[in-house]
Amino acid sequence: MTRIDKNPRNGGTGGNAVEVRGLVKHYGETKALDGVDLDVREGTVLGVLGPNGAGKTTLVRCLSTLITPDAGTAVVAGFDVVKQPRALRRTIGLTGQYASVDEKLSGWENLYMIGRLLDLPRKKARARADELLERFSLTDAAKKAAMEYSGGMRRRLDLAASMIGSPAVLYLDEPTTGLDPRTRNEVWDEVQRMVAEGATVLLTTQYMEEAEQLANELTVIDKGRIIARGGVNELKAKVGGRTLQIRPSDPAELAPMAQALRETGLDGVAGAQAVPDEGLLYVPILSDEQLTAVIGLLGTRGFSLAHVATALPSLDEVFLAITGDKATVTDTIPEEVAA
Amino acid sequence: MSTTTLTPTPTDTPVAAPAAKLHDEGGIGLRNNLRHIGALVRRNLLQIKKDPESMFDALLMPVIFVLLFVYVFGGSVGGSMGGGRQEYLNYLIPGLMAMMGMNIAMAVGSGVNDDFRKGVMDRFRTMPIARSSVLVAKIVVELGRMMVATLILLGMGFALGMELHGSVLGLIAAIGLSAAFGAAIMWIFILLGLAMKTSQAVQGMGMLVMMPLQFGSSIFAPPTTMPGWLQAFTDYNPLSNLADAARGLMMGTSLGHSVWLTLGWAVAITAAVAPLAVSKFRKKS
Repeated sequence: MTRIDKNPRNGGTGGNAVEVRGLVKHYGETKALDGVDLDVREGTVLGVLGPNGAGKTTLVRCLSTLITPDAGTAVVAGFDVVKQPRALRRTIGLTGQYASVDEKLSGWENLYMIGRLLDLPRKKARARADELLERFSLTDAAKKAAMEYSGGMRRRLDLAASMIGSPAVLYLDEPTTGLDPRTRNEVWDEVQRMVAEGATVLLTTQYMEEAEQLANELTVIDKGRIIARGGVNELKAKVGGRTLQIRPSDPAELAPMAQALRETGLDGVAGAQAVPDEGLLYVPILSDEQLTAVIGLLGTRGFSLAHVATALPSLDEVFLAITGDKATVTDTIPEEVAA
Repeated sequence: MSTTTLTPTPTDTPVAAPAAKLHDEGGIGLRNNLRHIGALVRRNLLQIKKDPESMFDALLMPVIFVLLFVYVFGGSVGGSMGGGRQEYLNYLIPGLMAMMGMNIAMAVGSGVNDDFRKGVMDRFRTMPIARSSVLVAKIVVELGRMMVATLILLGMGFALGMELHGSVLGLIAAIGLSAAFGAAIMWIFILLGLAMKTSQAVQGMGMLVMMPLQFGSSIFAPPTTMPGWLQAFTDYNPLSNLADAARGLMMGTSLGHSVWLTLGWAVAITAAVAPLAVSKFRKKS
């Protein structure tokens, strides 16, 4: 699989839009952040990957002036989060895990209010609200109370609200947690558009797939500490590749198929495992060539395939590979289900 | 979208872009601040528009209180005052004006508490607006609700035959005084709303404080028949001062120092509690 650079236009600009050094935040005994260093280059997306309770949200709240760190420095768009919070607030946008709009107000009223709070003249605030509703495909729901929006619409409204001031740096704190796959894709599309227009994004997520989709670079965080960082491909190489899932037309062929693949002796592919309960064959693959080889081999042996899919390693597997320890993923169940 | 304002900074010694100093030193500015408060007032008004039931307390409380007290206690209390129901009506309405402010103020606390548990407060607090403007807007709207309640109260009073023995100017002064005191009390409830976990707790706590203050005052009955220790309490109770001041201004009874005492309480409470509330609001995470 070739990765397309998300934002070639911005590749190579030197400056860091976000610079964090030794950031510490303790809540009593809990070290929510325990000395975090990270940089986000201008115009790129940094994915901060970690399980619940890793410190992702604390990090975002520190960087958006909602809480004051106990130690360390953080500079965003040239402004110090502790010393220049007011100036900093002019340059950031935040979309949290929970929609931060007024639920009783309509989508339009929310956006207009935020425009006015950002000192846009009435006319401009109106135009901006119309423009962003249009862009986020919410024009039809403009007059409906945000309360009546589906999960995906609410998240889009939230993104629109964050975009009103055209922030230089955007924080997305688990922007798709709790969304169904279709709405998740909608949100991804919007984020990719923002980045294409030059925004710098710090994205936190629990999903490897989301990081793969959106981020240029990845930082893996656990228990308030950075445990790995690098490009998405680097990290994937470290973690291992994808897994090929094959469903044979005849479940009885699972075992012979696994046997045939094991006999190839190929690194990865030889680890093929049949899981009769699911009727699936799991084949680790390390390259596109291996994927082709596996399908080709099964074809020449005369096996009939009903379904083929590839899956990225889960957060659990990423953590297992990095730390040799199971991630403490406590909550993978969506908290709200989009209508 | 402009990323051109970004200034790469050395990692160890963060240096602000020149524009930064300007913003952070200059603060928000009065005109912008007023515009922000305006936008937030509009938000609160829209909320009321979408949820008219939230006005029921302001609309119905004065009606119910006047009817209950005038017809249940009016005869006997008025009688012991040497008059009758009519006498009591003239006594009660100015007192209830003092009470309205308190009861409306209580709603501010649970409102602020509710707001906080929703994401929108995070958005406000990451925006370049004075954090106090969210609270000030709330107070402006609640003062409006209080005015509605007061007008209904006065309407009820006049409908039942209340007579004004003071001047219209006195009436306006009495309304103004109640509003000033109500606004001061709102800061206390905002602080409670920020400090307590749930809006139910705020309500419960509010009732606990309000009941003795309201009934241990000269709002409902003249304190002359109360035992000495209670009279001492009612004398110092700011609600008595406010009720006496409103009564004096509307009915021409003796004012004493009540107007100045009430203003003093309002200023003192605001000066003491508002900074606490704003700082609590700022630090809350």
